[in-house]
Amino acid sequence: MARRVSLFVTCIVDQLFPQIGMAMAEVLERLGFAVAFPQAQTCCGQPAFNSGYRQEARQVARHFLEVFENCESIVVPSGSCTSMVVHHYAELFADEPRTRSRAVSLAARVHEFSSFLTEVAGVEDVGARFEDVVTFHDGCHALRELGIRSAPRRLLANVRGLELRELEPREECCGFGGTFSVKFGELSGAMARGKAEAIIQTGAKTVVSLDPSCLMQIQGALSRAGLSIRTLHLAEVLASR
Amino acid sequence: MSLEFDSKIHKTLADARLQQAIYTATGRFKDARLKVVAQDVLPEYQELRAQANALKKHTIDHLDHYLEQFQSQVEAHGGKVVFCQDAAAVADFVLTLAKERGARLIVKSKSMTTEEIDLNERLEHHGLEAVETDFGEYILQLARERPYHIVAPALHKTRYDVAEIFEQRLHIANETVIEKQAAIARAALREKFLAADIGISGANFLVADSGAVVIVENEGNARLATSAPRTHIAIAGIEKLIPRAQDLATFLKLLARSATGQPLSVYTSFLSGPRREGEIDGPDEFYVVLLDNGRTRLLENPARRQSLYCIRCGACLNACPVYRKIGGHSFPWVYSGPIGAILTPQFMGAAHEPGLPFASSLCGACAEVCPVKIDIPKVLLELRADAPHNRWESLAFRVFAWLMRHPRAYELAGRVAASLVSSEGVRWIRSAPGLLNFGPIRAWLAERDLPPPPAHTFRELWRRR
Amino acid sequence: MTSRETILQRVRAGLGRSAGQTVPDPPAVRIQVAEVDKETKIASLLARVEALAGRAVRAATPAEACEIVREVLGKRSAVASNAPYLEECGVTGLPGVRCGITDREELRKACAAADVGITSADYALADTGTLVMLSSPHEARLISLLPPTHVAVIPASRILSGLDELFTILPEPAAVTSSMVLITGPSRTADIEQILVRGVHGPGEITIVVVG
Repeated sequence: MARRVSLFVTCIVDQLFPQIGMAMAEVLERLGFAVAFPQAQTCCGQPAFNSGYRQEARQVARHFLEVFENCESIVVPSGSCTSMVVHHYAELFADEPRTRSRAVSLAARVHEFSSFLTEVAGVEDVGARFEDVVTFHDGCHALRELGIRSAPRRLLANVRGLELRELEPREECCGFGGTFSVKFGELSGAMARGKAEAIIQTGAKTVVSLDPSCLMQIQGALSRAGLSIRTLHLAEVLASR
Repeated sequence: MSLEFDSKIHKTLADARLQQAIYTATGRFKDARLKVVAQDVLPEYQELRAQANALKKHTIDHLDHYLEQFQSQVEAHGGKVVFCQDAAAVADFVLTLAKERGARLIVKSKSMTTEEIDLNERLEHHGLEAVETDFGEYILQLARERPYHIVAPALHKTRYDVAEIFEQRLHIANETVIEKQAAIARAALREKFLAADIGISGANFLVADSGAVVIVENEGNARLATSAPRTHIAIAGIEKLIPRAQDLATFLKLLARSATGQPLSVYTSFLSGPRREGEIDGPDEFYVVLLDNGRTRLLENPARRQSLYCIRCGACLNACPVYRKIGGHSFPWVYSGPIGAILTPQFMGAAHEPGLPFASSLCGACAEVCPVKIDIPKVLLELRADAPHNRWESLAFRVFAWLMRHPRAYELAGRVAASLVSSEGVRWIRSAPGLLNFGPIRAWLAERDLPPPPAHTFRELWRRR
Repeated sequence: MTSRETILQRVRAGLGRSAGQTVPDPPAVRIQVAEVDKETKIASLLARVEALAGRAVRAATPAEACEIVREVLGKRSAVASNAPYLEECGVTGLPGVRCGITDREELRKACAAADVGITSADYALADTGTLVMLSSPHEARLISLLPPTHVAVIPASRILSGLDELFTILPEPAAVTSSMVLITGPSRTADIEQILVRGVHGPGEITIVVVG
């Protein structure tokens, strides 16, 4: 029997980048997973949490718990949203022991997409072909809160026709940061331009990342600068053949 | 965010020379640190961090005990400990002592703690001459500026800036060679060291079992300030304590590596009391001022207490993508960068600059390099939760939380919002129609393009499969 | 209430502790003394000092050390500390070297005027190229600080592997001295444009002579 996974596509993918969610589903199905999409899902609550609205974040987190509580494995196309559930829910419910233990038990079943493939599914070659020179942007939460460094690179290394060129500096923030991107718009924009320059230096035609929000920030800056470099989520690269 | 904060950020971002200077300097520190903490160079690095964190946690959690032990040890070695609640108390103490000793000239070595309490200004106000002797600090004192960086105070100054400052303040024209500028400072300050009645230093560590003050530096000015004058006053925050001299085997391996990438700084002084019987030189009097100045306020919350573990290495500044863009003087107080963003609201109150805890993308680079493992992003998040919330924003987040609990309403709201933006579906959006061009959308579009709303949301596509 | 009492009370209130409440042992000291043989330690010390732009030389005998110091001094004036080891080596008898000063003012003036300060050192740390100087009747602070050049002569037997061995031998430095200074290379600053300048306050030149 095919193993079952549930998608948490995140609100940003649902509303702005549905193709990322579809690509993720396609890759998972190709690997033989039975993919479900719980229809009542919305958001993980991170925007409220990161802006200091803990009460509101708790409300959204509770909804998330209710929607996903009975799912076996939950796969997320975002390091940042995964980290919100995995690291911050427990803290958010520090004063509610019962909800907290539900959150902790759920957290163990929530996986960022690339690390789900390499660590849970045990797959490094999904049989993709993508003829292009790409660079990879490490989203900060995937990198530093989840410790994801090698998983996406191992997956990219097995994509036929793909050449990966690393960024220099490699692990610098793109400047998105949720509401930071609009509260400190000029600063965030300057950080995005720094990232864009590093991307140009690699000569890559495509920027790949695990986080749709980083990609929105980076694509926004590239597009504003009139550059034809495109951004893609890892799932989109892995889905192509 | 205050207008002042915003305009300082804007000014720094617009200054191409300054941008280059900050980026290059912090980049060098960053690379130098990486080299000396690398796995093959210092395999025990992560263990040292864990030990330093455990030691600091233990000390801060039992701070009263260590303060008392420190005091009794200083006294046992013939020194005196002075507890001060705030800036005025420190200035009072120094002024009274200076008066009793007939002192006029004070030499100072670099100390963030004395910057914090504007000690020089207070002393000068009462007719004392207090001279900064660290090369960078000396230049800044002449220029009447505060440090730009915890470790490299004059990071933003070029040799030409220094030449101008020397011309204006010392009437030395046209000296743009850095070695010669340093020689000028050396000569001027040498006279001060030999004539000074009192030397004031900070402290990198206070060692409880020894009653000792530990000072780490590269130039030798702290050694001079603590050896030449008859009176040495060390001024330090109460959080600088560590339990034992032997713990320096942990902290000294981390401090200089994290700060400048040196395995050890040039000079590490371990000073415990005035000179002893038979010692030919050294101070006759040894005072340690233990300063509160808001620190005790941080102790109540165990999660935030860790802010007091900081050993002022500056590594978080060099790692911070925000500091590397907005520099040190954009920050509202003497402590800049990530550590400044958590210390300032806690020492000075949130009202000092309400925007400060929000001026971070929460990328976590600071926590990654912190030698004592302060979880700066976590503290930032806590401070954000405490911050006074704007009325419109509060309303927006209430609406957000409601929508996110009501999937149908959420879906409808998303479609309505998408329909307001005319979309050809492919090109990214460069400007929004007047009605929509406000608040966050306006702020986003000022810098970047927005993705066009797709024809269908993911859930619509999924239903159609 | 005095400031001391106020602060201690605030600390206790914040921590939820009461006066005199017991304290658990701090985390165990983390010290791991590496076993390093003598020749490796000497080689490491010499290499580290040279890497710091200091000069490090090895002498087979005290007499040879004295010749090295004579060469370093050239025609320059020097102040030597009262370390018995310097006298043993014959360094204090070299021309132009003042020694035996026990008065503070006299020492200050001598150091401010001298070209070179000559000391021994209580220990040296092999892995960082560091001199460890304890203030005592034998070693004054200003000799290694005021003159633009510092020369230190030490027997090889005093070279320790590093900080961990130092704090094993000397767990409580305050019990033996009011001042312990670790010196790692020449005085330096990079405050302006990260351009390295040596000798900004302390000695810009340092020579270490290892004997044995």
